[in-house]
Amino acid sequence: MRTAVGVLLTALMLFPVYWMINVSLTPMSDMRKAPSLFPVNPTTEGYERVLREQLPYLGTSLLVALGTVVLTLVLAAPAAYSLAKLRPAGRQTLSFLLLVAQMIPGIIMALGFYGIYVKLGITNTWWGLVLADSTIAVPFAVLVLTSFMASVPDEVLQAAKIDGAGPWRSFVSIVLPASRNGVVTAALFSFLWAWSDFLFAATLDSGGRLQPVTLGIYRYIGNNNQEWNSIMATAVVASVPATVLIVVAQRFVAAGVTSGAVKD
Amino acid sequence: MRSRLAAWAFLLPLVAYLAVCYAYPLFTNVDLSIRGYTVRSFVHGGAPLVGFANYATVFGDPTFRTALVNTVLFTLVSLFFQYTIGLAAALFFARGFRLSATLRALFLVPWLLPLIVSASTWAWLLNSESGLVNAVLEGVGLTQVNWLTSPQWSLVAVTIANIWIGIPFNLVVLYSGLQNIPREVYEASALDGANGWQTFWRVTFPLLRPVSAITLLLGLVYTLKVFDVIWIMTKGGPSGSSTTLATWSYELGFGNMLPRFGPSAAVGNVLILIAVVAGLLYIRMQRRQELS
Repeated sequence: MRTAVGVLLTALMLFPVYWMINVSLTPMSDMRKAPSLFPVNPTTEGYERVLREQLPYLGTSLLVALGTVVLTLVLAAPAAYSLAKLRPAGRQTLSFLLLVAQMIPGIIMALGFYGIYVKLGITNTWWGLVLADSTIAVPFAVLVLTSFMASVPDEVLQAAKIDGAGPWRSFVSIVLPASRNGVVTAALFSFLWAWSDFLFAATLDSGGRLQPVTLGIYRYIGNNNQEWNSIMATAVVASVPATVLIVVAQRFVAAGVTSGAVKD
Repeated sequence: MRSRLAAWAFLLPLVAYLAVCYAYPLFTNVDLSIRGYTVRSFVHGGAPLVGFANYATVFGDPTFRTALVNTVLFTLVSLFFQYTIGLAAALFFARGFRLSATLRALFLVPWLLPLIVSASTWAWLLNSESGLVNAVLEGVGLTQVNWLTSPQWSLVAVTIANIWIGIPFNLVVLYSGLQNIPREVYEASALDGANGWQTFWRVTFPLLRPVSAITLLLGLVYTLKVFDVIWIMTKGGPSGSSTTLATWSYELGFGNMLPRFGPSAAVGNVLILIAVVAGLLYIRMQRRQELS
């Protein structure tokens, strides 16, 4: 009984997602008629257009998202190790700053970055976008990794130290492997946020040679002939990473949300 | 001594990064807000200091009032429904039943989708002529609504979409809060003959209060930032009827051919002030919860 209600509620919640898929398969000629619950004359014209026009955008999104993951982990993992295990003075202040950093509205960062990038002449570069996108992920990644690394027992590190392992050695061969779930969580979220970013892309990369798929969709919407099946087909394709994440990494997702907000 | 050096060596890249990628843009933003930038001086430098003139311009603009009121309405209404629906769903899933873990995972989908995807899907659902929502309204004999193109409804429309996006976050956090309430408490209340309604109001809800407070405050910080959803659905329009501080700031700086960076930065700095106050409340709350 509860299962039935649960399925119904979930269907209701996910209805917009279904609708997106439905519209992506509807031919343009049916688009202005009364909407139909099923794609009665399914067409792949929307997806064909995605393949024709959006592949470069998707490639850029992939490049930017992977770049953001690498940059985020390279910065966050050593810092988290230090905060969790080497415990320098002033670490509370730093953790506090990271919490505050997460709260700064993106539009403010975007305008600031824009001012700097214009001055340096580095707008419309993919790596400039990576640098900006990483600001969404780095504070979160440090905090999540710190809480994962803090649970590595100190005794293990003591033993390694007695065996002559320096801090770098302990980090690479003990702490990092032991907290790989945290690394996966941080990597997944950085990927997803960079993949989904629209604001930084719109402000810093709107004239670039390499533009991400969020701008690809935005341009479709801005067109006057608004071909909604192509818009929705691109949206479906752009949602693939999130969907894959739900399927293969559900426990990391939940871990990420809760460790970002509430400590058990 | 050596270990302290090592600790800072590991932190150094992060500290340098925070200086370059946080402090510097924030400083630039303040600088923009106190100078009279034009497109020319934005590129070549040499904009004169104007003190608080940009702030005065912004406060004197009638749009400021609209944007502020809209920000408050958008945030409060979003939070209320996200929290209520999220809590109801968390209570529903907390019982555990066949498929409950899978369905709960599926509930997360809206939260993980790129915002441009959710926003454009809702824009089409709410489209005046061809949207499903209006087709359904007409089907049950109600008048159709120009969701995105009438000043009375545009804010409602973007709020609905934003509520949908925020439910999963509330569900996950509140669900984990519910899991931490000891089972014995429920057993005791059942022994005392409390019904489901009484148990919720007298036991569950009070025990969940710290988690609720954190969920709402974090939601507040997130909702103040919302830009994508509104910009993609309505661009803050028609004629400013759904504009918030975040979209107004963007509109001033990037929305048209003649950017006004100074006022844009000034609006941004007002927004950051509100966000940081909410953020500090959240941090205080979380500290207190960790201590108890």
